[in-house]
Amino acid sequence: MDEVLIEVEGVTKSFVVRRRAGRLRRAREVVNAVAGLDFTVRRGEMVGYIGPNGAGKSTTVKMLTGILLPSTGRLRVAGADPVRDRVRLAQRMGVVFGQRTTLWWDLPLRDSYELARRIYRIPDAAYTRNLDRCVELLELAPLLDVPVRQLSLGQRMRGDIAAALLHDPEVLYLDEPTIGLDVVSKRRVREFLARINAERGTTVLLTTHDLTDIEQLCSRVMVIDHGRVVYDGGLDGLHRQGRSERTLVVELEREAPPIELSGTRVVRCEGTRQWLAFPASASAAPLVAELAGRYGLRDLSVREPEIEDVIARMYGEAERADTAVARVG
Amino acid sequence: MYAAVCIRSFRRYSTYRAATWARVFTNTVFGFILTYTYVALWHVRPHLGGYDLSAAITYVWIGQGLLSLLAVGDLGALADLQTRIASGDVAVDLFRPVDQQRWWLAVDAGRAGYQLLTNALVPMLVGGLAFHLRLPQGSAVDVVASWVATVLALVLALLVSYALRYLVALTGFWLLDLRGVQLVYYLTSCFFGGFFLPVTVFPAALEAVARALPFIAVFQVPADVFLQHYDTAGTLGALGVQLGWAVVLLGLGRLVQSRAVLKVVVQGG
Repeated sequence: MDEVLIEVEGVTKSFVVRRRAGRLRRAREVVNAVAGLDFTVRRGEMVGYIGPNGAGKSTTVKMLTGILLPSTGRLRVAGADPVRDRVRLAQRMGVVFGQRTTLWWDLPLRDSYELARRIYRIPDAAYTRNLDRCVELLELAPLLDVPVRQLSLGQRMRGDIAAALLHDPEVLYLDEPTIGLDVVSKRRVREFLARINAERGTTVLLTTHDLTDIEQLCSRVMVIDHGRVVYDGGLDGLHRQGRSERTLVVELEREAPPIELSGTRVVRCEGTRQWLAFPASASAAPLVAELAGRYGLRDLSVREPEIEDVIARMYGEAERADTAVARVG
Repeated sequence: MYAAVCIRSFRRYSTYRAATWARVFTNTVFGFILTYTYVALWHVRPHLGGYDLSAAITYVWIGQGLLSLLAVGDLGALADLQTRIASGDVAVDLFRPVDQQRWWLAVDAGRAGYQLLTNALVPMLVGGLAFHLRLPQGSAVDVVASWVATVLALVLALLVSYALRYLVALTGFWLLDLRGVQLVYYLTSCFFGGFFLPVTVFPAALEAVARALPFIAVFQVPADVFLQHYDTAGTLGALGVQLGWAVVLLGLGRLVQSRAVLKVVVQGG
């Protein structure tokens, strides 16, 4: 399980964008979609890959799948160069682009699977086993004979995920697999992904805007902004890195001036209620003890930080400082 | 695998029945319009371009039949490739462990198979009922040889047509909006392919130009083979020219494809 599967070293990708400059002239401008990426992914890991729009997430996935050629740097998947060995590596990779489909639009879902069987030369036994499993877990049975264009977004996405897994890929790239899905569909997709990762050891790299995906699925998260990795580590470390805060909500027996307690600050005051923010890494216990000693308390609760806020703060900071790569275990 | 792609493509085209029949109808109506134009023209100039009247009328109906089959005047299945390049969906295709040129050839062959059964046969049958069309003539051997040569010429014509359209679609990687290129391609291929009028009707210099271009291998050559316009050596020569163009253009397609894949920009993120 310790084998490195994906290696990315100093990878950049720049595009030339032409924009209008005056009536007839057009200016050429080089945009660095990815500006020096470094990371590795080990076999069996499930990694969340997040960042704001235009951060370079999709570009990274396209380079890893061999669709785009990096401008500079070194990129290896299972020891091979994805662009040069595209056809051979494709046998070992699965990909789901949330906003595009690999399915045949005008034909029943089943036809696309049959075709995948031929494209990837999947042995009959493996094909039947994998298809049955996907059909069961993703609840595809009633959809198999429906033309893909008549499927809803959530149904199509489930169909696409199944299509990406029929050939037993070692690594699965998911580019926003839950985009536009309702809560039930999202949960079904997440449960399925967690299961194939646990049971088959499929390595998963997941880009998303939905942080619940990450919280429920990934033990490791990489945050990318302006084409660089600005955070790489566990979810808890993300809170530290993002200097996130927990909140003590205190209901006093009678109104009082803002509470002064070291290590906290009052962020809100409303009658007998006060909101005290403190670093997420600090323990709430001594604070509660001290509060109880000094004030008459009617009620008290602790609110966990919203991961959205943490990430938002991190994006903002990266923008201001264009920070160097931070690595937190 | 490519056979499976071809079959699915055939099925895909067969899902749009109304579009098919609309096209059959249009092709047939235009067949009548062109026939009466040709009749008027050949009345004034009998044996124009080396065709007698019945050969000329047959030429019209072959044209109406092959229009959709060989995708003269449109990109055929490659219209999909072009849309996919413009929308960025081509990323999905590039990910598959397949050769793009062969993949799309299989898709286009499926399309052609469907067109053969609908858009090619129906207008020709209608034309055959309304006018006297010239079928291969002569001894039994001649007739069989002509049909065999016609089938070969059609297969090669489809390959040349495909190779040309593949090149046109690939320019999408650089240009994105292909309407201009397409229009130029349609007009050039119809005109120099002998689709409007046989190129033998052109002034000598223009005919020489047409003979030096590949478009003639798409349309006029199979039509002439069917009309027994050539002797045996001429037929073999014509098939050879088609084969030559197919090899050259498919090779060029591979070259452009390898360049295109390296500079691919996926539209829409």
